[in-house]
Amino acid sequence: MTGETIPYTDSTMAAMTEKIEIRLHINGRDHSVRVEPRKTLADVIRDECGLTGTHIGCEHGVCGACTVILDDEAVRSCLMFAVQAKGKRIRTVEGLADGDKLHPMQDAFIAHHALQCGFCTPGFLMLAVNALETNPDLTDEEILEVLSSNLCRCTGYQNIVKAVRSTAADMRDTPTR
Amino acid sequence: MKVAPFRYHAPQTIDEAVSLLAEVAPLDGRILAGGQSLVPIMAFRLSRPAHLVDINGVEALRRLAVDGDRLCIGACVRHSAFHRPVVEGPLGKLLSTVVRHIAHSPIRARGTFCGSVAHADPASEWCAVSAALGAEMVAQSVRGTRVIPAHEFFAGIMTTRLAEDELLTEVRLPLLPPDTHLGFYEFNRRAGDFALAMALAVYRVEGGRIVAPRLAVGGAETHARRIAEAEQVLAGRAPLADSFAAAAGRAADAIDPMEDAQTSAEYRRDLVRTVMRRALEQSLL
Repeated sequence: MTGETIPYTDSTMAAMTEKIEIRLHINGRDHSVRVEPRKTLADVIRDECGLTGTHIGCEHGVCGACTVILDDEAVRSCLMFAVQAKGKRIRTVEGLADGDKLHPMQDAFIAHHALQCGFCTPGFLMLAVNALETNPDLTDEEILEVLSSNLCRCTGYQNIVKAVRSTAADMRDTPTR
Repeated sequence: MKVAPFRYHAPQTIDEAVSLLAEVAPLDGRILAGGQSLVPIMAFRLSRPAHLVDINGVEALRRLAVDGDRLCIGACVRHSAFHRPVVEGPLGKLLSTVVRHIAHSPIRARGTFCGSVAHADPASEWCAVSAALGAEMVAQSVRGTRVIPAHEFFAGIMTTRLAEDELLTEVRLPLLPPDTHLGFYEFNRRAGDFALAMALAVYRVEGGRIVAPRLAVGGAETHARRIAEAEQVLAGRAPLADSFAAAAGRAADAIDPMEDAQTSAEYRRDLVRTVMRRALEQSLL
């Protein structure tokens, strides 16, 4: 890691800011966008695809607000470039509800008061939904470990933990989706 | 912050990747693997590489396989691959234990074993594992391929012996005999945060005596390494609490601790004494 930079000439700068055409597959829909390689997936989801449900907090992978599901894995969308996501299936918070019918995890967040300001909520929802889709039999301990990934400054986490545990129990009883 | 502009290259083969790297390394080009360390550093603009060679499309680098008495871990194998043991026996168990300490699940889904080793953060768990077990680092460039032993590979804080045009294509870890005892312990202030100190203990017992001990410390010095002085204390002794305490004390004395605003040298020595003793105590379980 160095702070050294090489002086950019106009032509190298032009090459570096040249836009690349990519197609992103988000929530079952294709988005054709032209982006600079330096644009993170989080930025492109919001700015180019207009899906502003994915929030950007710290922009360096600590807070988890930008968590999306990429090919069945929850990832920080601020820690990858959009050009790296072409050809992959992306799910954002907008893809959770089925029309007016909220996802069980969203219902549980409401029922258990698992949000106040709501800034971290999309990230927590995608993190928790992915964790339970991957392993519906998560123990209470494992749920805590998963949730330790993201930051919430309002709730003190207890109600988020309750919401996820309750959804886990419901999903075990009535397998849906 | 937003990362500075760069040129993006996406090779499909190892040959293409090393050719590109040879071309762009002198122009401040870097390899992009999992990106879970590099992208944050770029977001802070501590690093502004002019070129990124993204190796995620190189199928051959996803190889994770046993070859003879070695586990070969390709450059694109993610941390999450180790959540379940990847091989039977102590090595698979060790890796599945250690991986739980690396950041958080979304980071483990993208970050790679080899990327962590090449980045060489002092607090990297995989660097401690590589140092303890005597990993072999396979470095490839257009000039050829060479194997660098772990004890020569790590050279300081985020510094390795890789040349700027070399790609770490694979790390090889030795499979461990079934009767190997293992213990790992790390201390950090928050779950998933960078460790302030960690210890890994690996040994066998013959006739009630410890043989071939390998004791490594990570997170406390500029880079992870085996602590020969502590290993000498342990070798030939019975695997009992007083042996463990003696070796842990020796490890604490032997290190050259990093200091920062929150962490004095004395505190780090104290941590090393504790994490080494706990790693050794775990090795009996």
